[in-house]
Amino acid sequence: MTAALIIEQLLNGLQLGVMLFLIAAGLTLIFGVMGFINLAHGSLYMIGAFACAAIAAATGSFWIGLAASLVAAAAAGALMEVAIVRRLYERDHLDQVLATFALILILSEGTRWLFGSFPLYLDIPPLLQGAVPLPGGGQYQLYRLAIIGVGILVAIGLYLLISRTRLGMRIRAGETDREMIAALGVDIRTLYTVVFALGAALAGLAGAMVGALQSVQVGMGEPALILAFVVIVIGGIGSIKGALVGAILVGVVDTMGRFLLPKLVALALPASQATMVGAALASMLIYVVMALILAFRPRGLFAGQG
Amino acid sequence: MRGILAASLLGLSLTVSGLAQAEPVKIGVITTLSGGGAGLGVDMRDAFTLAMKQSGNKDVELVVEDDAQKPELAVQIAEKMIQSDKVDLMTGIIWSNLAMAVVPNTVAQDVIYLSPNAGPSALAGANCNKNYFNVAYQNDNFHEAMGQYANKDYKKTFILAPNYPAGKDSLTGFKRYYKGELAGELYTQVGQTDYAAEIAQIRASGADSVFFFLPGGMGIAFMKQYAQSGVGIPVLGPSFSFSQDVLPAIGDAALGVKNSASWSKDLDNEANKAFVEAFQKEYNRLPSIYAAQSWDTANLILSALSKASVKDKDAFRAALKAADFKSVRGEFSFNTNNHPIQNIYVREVMKEGDVLTNKIIATAFEKHGDAYAEQCKM
Repeated sequence: MTAALIIEQLLNGLQLGVMLFLIAAGLTLIFGVMGFINLAHGSLYMIGAFACAAIAAATGSFWIGLAASLVAAAAAGALMEVAIVRRLYERDHLDQVLATFALILILSEGTRWLFGSFPLYLDIPPLLQGAVPLPGGGQYQLYRLAIIGVGILVAIGLYLLISRTRLGMRIRAGETDREMIAALGVDIRTLYTVVFALGAALAGLAGAMVGALQSVQVGMGEPALILAFVVIVIGGIGSIKGALVGAILVGVVDTMGRFLLPKLVALALPASQATMVGAALASMLIYVVMALILAFRPRGLFAGQG
Repeated sequence: MRGILAASLLGLSLTVSGLAQAEPVKIGVITTLSGGGAGLGVDMRDAFTLAMKQSGNKDVELVVEDDAQKPELAVQIAEKMIQSDKVDLMTGIIWSNLAMAVVPNTVAQDVIYLSPNAGPSALAGANCNKNYFNVAYQNDNFHEAMGQYANKDYKKTFILAPNYPAGKDSLTGFKRYYKGELAGELYTQVGQTDYAAEIAQIRASGADSVFFFLPGGMGIAFMKQYAQSGVGIPVLGPSFSFSQDVLPAIGDAALGVKNSASWSKDLDNEANKAFVEAFQKEYNRLPSIYAAQSWDTANLILSALSKASVKDKDAFRAALKAADFKSVRGEFSFNTNNHPIQNIYVREVMKEGDVLTNKIIATAFEKHGDAYAEQCKM
């Protein structure tokens, strides 16, 4: 096990974490501002990936596809908010879960109806193909570095948006006291739609970027959604900072667990069993971490701090 | 999405005379028509219905339901099909974990089940059953073939598969025939989409080849990320990740990969030519191996129906076991455990014009059975 391999795995973990952050940021923002649980957030991620793959195939340009994914996911999010979600803010969380679960089914089968049952093709753009050398003699894929870069930019952008702009001020105010901000004459309905569309666009961006790495297919959103929920529960529901820390924690723990646990188990068990037991433990690891964190910080790491 | 699609198939004319035509036969088809694995189930269903339609047999009624790749849903559907639809035969399940949930309970109720894809080892050995016929393969088979083929060129292979029954069967099968050294052995999560951590280990392992079994979207993700990573060691696998349903999504990254299968579209026999042509004409796409196996399953059922009544279970089972049908895989017969004895080929991914597809380059095994048959006491 060389230093280069460990650096490469840490970068892999960081990249997975950044990806999760893009999905979790929207989820936690929507929950923080509107108090709304959106199970269909994974579908917006899927919409982003399909929009990118379809437009990239039609135009031959990944970049136009990427722009299309932002537009498509934001539009789908805004439409969803205006048509359905808006009616559910006052309702019980269980009603919200039920309605957005129905949305998952509708959006999945709708996508199948439009694009068919077979996965679509999407490749990374020529500009980002290839690898860059790492200290220690290894190499790292340029595209994955670019994803890390985009994630950091989005994190900084969100921080500036929320702490430095008028929109951010209203979002923070909305989190703290919904009735008061409405009474002060802020158009709360439009604010909600904007927040929802922003969260959707981030999920769509994540979907498009991941789509070039994996298969663009119906149902791709749900596994990502489960991890995103783990992230926001660890980070503290409603906190963007928590989502960032939680996402990177989950990404690094998951990657390093898959890498190191089978090796650790092999010290105690014969090789044939070690691979299986190690793999089983690795798949549980992030949930164990979540349980441990909740045991000491029941509301997550950064609960209640915008 | 769980809607019942009861397709009564009306043929044009019926010239075959036989006792079975007198009463209708109900076949329950449980397969995956929604969610990420739907491509496989859609090919299975389409080939099955096309074979039934072409046969012109008016007495066959299909009850098709979607299991959404969920074992608990498949179990409910199977119960409903047996209890209220009163199906005579069942087929359709793609995934081994669903087959394990449904098949033992189904065959115990004296309903005949024919597997068009999954062949878990647990049902091939001591737990074999006279009502369970596997028309596809025993799970280990394709992987055994690749292990055998790898001996030719490679000495240090890195192997990986998902951590579920078929994944374990896969690596067991590969190791049964592979004589070289293993550079590493990994079980990944079912449904995993990011393989960066595994690819980094492959790169560091000093392997001279990689064998992987990752069906569906997992294989697409792995192949794309593997090609992008620039590791560049030759890749081997069973046909599942290089089948016609996933090749377009992998793209040129799949070119040149060797994969093992019991069937390929260029297999030279009359039944196969007729099948490929009919499938392409009806659905405007090339058939996958799931379609081929399902087509054979339908034709096996039809051949048995022309010999015996489905109500006479003993006679019908004997008619199935005779496997008196024209398989698209060429020679096909049943082993003592009702699993196939067939040739397993090695195929290579190539381009026909713009379309990625496979051609056969070698035969790994002739008339190959499975390692569990002798444990089966039937």
